[in-house]
Amino acid sequence: MYVTETREEKQLANIGSYEERIRNFDWKIAEREMGFEPGDPVNLGWHLSDRICRSGLGRKRALIWEGSDGAERTYTFDDLRSLSNTVASFFWRLGVLPGERVCLFLDRVPELYIGFVGLLKLGAVVQPLFSAFGEESLLTRLADAGTAAIVTQRKHLPKVRRIREKVPHLHHVVVVDAAGLALREGETAFDLDAEPQSPGFPDFPATPETPSVLHYTSGTTGPPKGAQHVHGSLLAQYLTTKWVLDLKEDDVYWCNADPGWVTGTSYGIIGPWSNGTTQAVLDSGFSASRWYDFIARRRISVWYSAPTAIRLLMREGTDAARKYDLSSLRHLASVGEPLNPEAVHWSREAFGLPFHDTYWQTETGCIVISNYPGMPIKPGSMGRPFPGITAAILDPKSHVPVAETGRVGLIGLKPGWPSMIRGYWQNPEGYAKKFEKGWYVTGDRATRDADGYFWFVGRDDDVINTGGHLVGPFEVESALLEHPAVAESAAVAKPDPVNMEVVKAFVTLKKGFSPGPELELEIMNFVRKRLSPIAMPQEIAFVETLPRTRSGKILRRVLRAPEWGEPVGDLSTLMED
Amino acid sequence: MDELHKTILAYIRREYIEEGDDRPLDVTTPLITGGIVDSFSMVSLKRFLETRYHIRIPDADAGPEAFDSVEKIAKLVERFAATTAKA
Repeated sequence: MYVTETREEKQLANIGSYEERIRNFDWKIAEREMGFEPGDPVNLGWHLSDRICRSGLGRKRALIWEGSDGAERTYTFDDLRSLSNTVASFFWRLGVLPGERVCLFLDRVPELYIGFVGLLKLGAVVQPLFSAFGEESLLTRLADAGTAAIVTQRKHLPKVRRIREKVPHLHHVVVVDAAGLALREGETAFDLDAEPQSPGFPDFPATPETPSVLHYTSGTTGPPKGAQHVHGSLLAQYLTTKWVLDLKEDDVYWCNADPGWVTGTSYGIIGPWSNGTTQAVLDSGFSASRWYDFIARRRISVWYSAPTAIRLLMREGTDAARKYDLSSLRHLASVGEPLNPEAVHWSREAFGLPFHDTYWQTETGCIVISNYPGMPIKPGSMGRPFPGITAAILDPKSHVPVAETGRVGLIGLKPGWPSMIRGYWQNPEGYAKKFEKGWYVTGDRATRDADGYFWFVGRDDDVINTGGHLVGPFEVESALLEHPAVAESAAVAKPDPVNMEVVKAFVTLKKGFSPGPELELEIMNFVRKRLSPIAMPQEIAFVETLPRTRSGKILRRVLRAPEWGEPVGDLSTLMED
Repeated sequence: MDELHKTILAYIRREYIEEGDDRPLDVTTPLITGGIVDSFSMVSLKRFLETRYHIRIPDADAGPEAFDSVEKIAKLVERFAATTAKA
């Protein structure tokens, strides 16, 4: 069944005819629109700020920021240009060199967005990390990346201080709100408003292959991997933003993803600003009334959200939405997990517009499969490949594309689009394993129908997708084992009506400990503080033993299947490694 | 401030605020919209309330709005404590 749009139908979408775009596609379209000349440096930071100013949009608002306490700050593209130069100059004086990793460990404050642009101008590799990460998650990622500097706020500084000795390569801790704070050796205050302005900065002459952003992503085994993006990703992020999110000159855009995750950088910074679009940021936790009020007051016209948030809004009902004037909205899109058909129908009822599901991964850097503005969408479907992206359903064993429709297989993508990562940080073997017979294998299972629409089925591994964030079971299990009561541990995905999946842990206890609600809560909080709220098991089952293969490997599948009402399978076969 | 408010406030300070984080916190401080407790962490906060006060808070009543301050949480606890006592 198709769903068509209402208000949106009245406007011509940027993508125009999908079929026409497929026939005539070339990534050079993005190059031409952005004024690239062969051999030109491609510094992302410059393209997000100086290029927009040169095109005559310097006085246009780039960022409208609102804090949880109602504080407001607004920056034009010209402010973005000069302040990002100030950031670049500051880190240059501090001694940070191009290629060094600089972590942004910040809430959604303006310093995060402007700092991102400034560090790219310097040529540093930006490593954004979710500010709710606990110290173990932070330590793992800083240690792996060999991070040279971290930018943070006073509220997160205690966490940084606790791990600092364990990361000797972390030479600089920069605090953006340090007024009145007694800083220690190696800590430096940076006040964006008070810092002497640097109107100009000689941008690092990045090529399309120069490393730009390092986002960490979780897998089934081992610690998280650093996905290495490059400056040339800009071409794909620019064009997908323009054609999928349909940003136009007068739009006010809101992407409610945190830049600690890839959506928050690809489409919360690079996409809108490379298109010269005004974006609004709300640094506040979720509340339906707060969000609706923000959309109404800021006159948000394009909103990129996530199924978990949409389902939370659904809980509040359509009446909650109708209390506000949301008539400014004209296009809605979603990412992170499959968007259920009910959410699409509900959004039409609540906003008069359907949410358009989009699909991509940290590794792809840009949207690769999507429902497009101005075209009918099939609720529950991921949509069709973006022009320039070759996507197929691969046989899970042979990795050969399957021709028949409706057959479940792995989503495979032909490498070659500009924003595909160039590797995992210091882990070439891990990266090589992602490719089979010339295809990048996403690890997601899906089917394709006769119209070419893809339909998500599930993951092909044990990674837990909770609220659109991937959690690696290995990380959770390792953290659980650090609790004094836990002898053995396993973590699996459990279905959840809001977050799609949540973490469920199975543990055996050491002698002298007894199961009970107090211990369960203690272990939950223990993992939350070490890793993050996302990785915290929302349920812990105390068991006598854990199912294992003959060589001792934990059989997560045996624990997971009953949670989903699936058959466990032949245990004698499963026990073979 | 009564014992209920004090207990919840102390728990939030202990579990959700970093040691050394000097942000002010009182019974009216926004917890969810203020970024102190996120939607995932609400699960452990709800579990604490249920364990400590021997109550059961249905998920439908445990939304972000109901957990947005110590004052609101205390009202929720009182409501379900009364329901449990009647039952």
